Amino acid sequence: MTFWERNQLKLAPFLFLAPAIMIFLIYVIYPIFDSIWVSLHEWNGMDKSGTKSNGDPNWRWVGLEHYITLFTDDDEFYVSLFNNIRWLLFSLIAIPIGLLLALFVNQRIMGMRYIKSLFYFPFVINAVVIGVIFTWFYNPKYGALTFVLNFFGLDPIPFLADENLATYGIIIASFFPGIAYTMILYITGLTGVNREMIEAGRIDGASGFTMLWHVVLPQLKPATLIAVVVTIVGSLRSFDLIAVMTAGGPWGSSEVLAYKMYQESLFNYRMGYGAAIATILFLIMDIYIAWFLYRLFKNERSEK
Amino acid sequence: MFFDMLHVDYNFQGGKMKKLITLIVLFASTVVSAGTLVVNSNQSGESSKAAFDAYVDAFRAAHPEVTVVVNEFEHEAYKTAIRNFLTAEAPDVAIWFAGNRMKFFVDQNLFQDVTDVWADAGLNDSMASTKGSLTVDGKQYGVPWGYYQWGVYYRKDLFDNLGLNVPRDWEEFKWVCAMLKKNGITPITIGTKYLWTAGGWFDYLNLRINGYKFHMDLTAGKVSYEDPRLDAVFDHWRELIDPGYFLEDHASFSWQDAQAPQINGEAAMYLIGNFYVPTLESAGVVDKMDFFQFPTIYKGVGVAEDAPTDTMHIPSGAKNVEDAKKFLAFMSNKEAATNWAKMGGMLSPNKYADKPTNRFSVMGAKMLAAADDIAQFWDRDANPDMAGASMEGFQEFMVKPDREDKIRARLEKERARIHGAL
Repeated sequence: MTFWERNQLKLAPFLFLAPAIMIFLIYVIYPIFDSIWVSLHEWNGMDKSGTKSNGDPNWRWVGLEHYITLFTDDDEFYVSLFNNIRWLLFSLIAIPIGLLLALFVNQRIMGMRYIKSLFYFPFVINAVVIGVIFTWFYNPKYGALTFVLNFFGLDPIPFLADENLATYGIIIASFFPGIAYTMILYITGLTGVNREMIEAGRIDGASGFTMLWHVVLPQLKPATLIAVVVTIVGSLRSFDLIAVMTAGGPWGSSEVLAYKMYQESLFNYRMGYGAAIATILFLIMDIYIAWFLYRLFKNERSEK
Repeated sequence: MFFDMLHVDYNFQGGKMKKLITLIVLFASTVVSAGTLVVNSNQSGESSKAAFDAYVDAFRAAHPEVTVVVNEFEHEAYKTAIRNFLTAEAPDVAIWFAGNRMKFFVDQNLFQDVTDVWADAGLNDSMASTKGSLTVDGKQYGVPWGYYQWGVYYRKDLFDNLGLNVPRDWEEFKWVCAMLKKNGITPITIGTKYLWTAGGWFDYLNLRINGYKFHMDLTAGKVSYEDPRLDAVFDHWRELIDPGYFLEDHASFSWQDAQAPQINGEAAMYLIGNFYVPTLESAGVVDKMDFFQFPTIYKGVGVAEDAPTDTMHIPSGAKNVEDAKKFLAFMSNKEAATNWAKMGGMLSPNKYADKPTNRFSVMGAKMLAAADDIAQFWDRDANPDMAGASMEGFQEFMVKPDREDKIRARLEKERARIHGAL
């Protein structure tokens, strides 16, 4: 027996996994450590061995200086961080609305298929398009919202030009695709709901909200878990809508960490500082990823 | 800044085929052999592309021995792409901007000294007016191909209806604003969503109050943002902000959005660059429009204007330097220089070029020729980091003027971080 024949069963999985692992190492693992390395340096993104006109090197070790600056001397960092928290909390509203819509379109009525596809539409179109549409919608001079407010004799609300409202304005726009996505998750979940349990519940006298809360929702738990995790990760990644709708403004009040990172590294030539922001965002995301994995393993164990 | 990326111009002349060729050229550019001249261009707008093509064609006709390959980039995307291609795969010629934007790459040794081109092609004479903005430590690092004026574009019909004259000084300007406001017209339109329009206002107020020298010291980070000489700038600005002379909710509008009120006749004046004219033409209101120079504030302060200059440079990594120098020197060709600037809606920096014919360009050329000094524009003169932070501050001041002290303290902190303590 050759070496290959003896160990084929043990080796095959690794060989099949090898390409994926290689790609994962190159495009995910390596950049993570590289970012952390960059965050410990001051770097303007140019030739690492070159110097600036005043003789300072382009690439210089600064240790934890960027992190100290971020936490002690950068008000915009806290604005971004709190905006991220706002995104995180408020974008969760999309989940119950998605559930309601799923229950609504889950009825057997003629033409419901078409209505379903219409509700799904916002998820298909590009975020940039959604951003542009909502920017027009909010336009305090010619927008649809202003038109409606004027109709009721109210003053226009400049959602995107108000430092206190801008972030909420963008989050509302993010509901548009977010609700569609959670709706799809719940529609899929609803097809798996056990009919016998519903019948049993009905015999025991449950109906309406009691039925939903005690019989249907527990069965939708896996869908809810995915909806929560996807929504939270999506809210931490939020960038495209902000870039299109406010460009972080007015005066930086709607920036989030991802947008600030992009501004600092690409426009302000502060790669190291941008990398430090990225690292912090990564750590925040880690908390959720850890929680998600914990839930996942726990579920798997209890199923066994 | 970012929103402009959506305005990718797909109106390539000649349609899809040409687009395909551009794409192929883009990919092929990495393998072209020496002897060809690779030019990276950001002239992606319809008219600016046609104008640049005319220059390239004229160059080809004059130098048939050189094969010119143009890589076209979308205008906004080019600003980030240039850092990569200058270090990684440098073209022979790159289009860029004068002032601090150029200096950044000169400091990185990424642009070559082209002082000899200036001397050999007689540019020291024909381009004397813009030479300063291309000079670092007495050497030239690029050749300008066009510039344009800034100033107040206003609705002449609205002024005429109310019997208003063009304001020449600050008191007249405020009076005009008050009259317009009284008659239900927004005196000044502006969209500060992408910040730089607010930079234009700061430029002009500071240039008219403190003069060119002080302004350049400020952009170079040599003056504190808490300097008492800047008090007057913010005070004058406030005289327009407090009575509500600027378009309401301007922070939600891009510079394009802010055109609408003026085109609809609801707003009267717009401090903007000459690139506004094509929009006025296509909107059919150009006949109702006119232009005036930003009014004098303090007598005795030299007249300086914003006139951003667009340029060509030879990257340090260029392979075909010889032909690249020919390409830059070709700006001394009167006809080619005239066409490029004229077709692109710009003024030619070559003083022997034909005089412009467009009404606004004629006024701009006259105004700039009489100016004592030319500034590039706030976000081209200042360090990019400082420009971003300061324009955010200007926008905030225009909405919340009571925060002036806080904003200036914040900007000073930023300035100290970038340029060091004074």
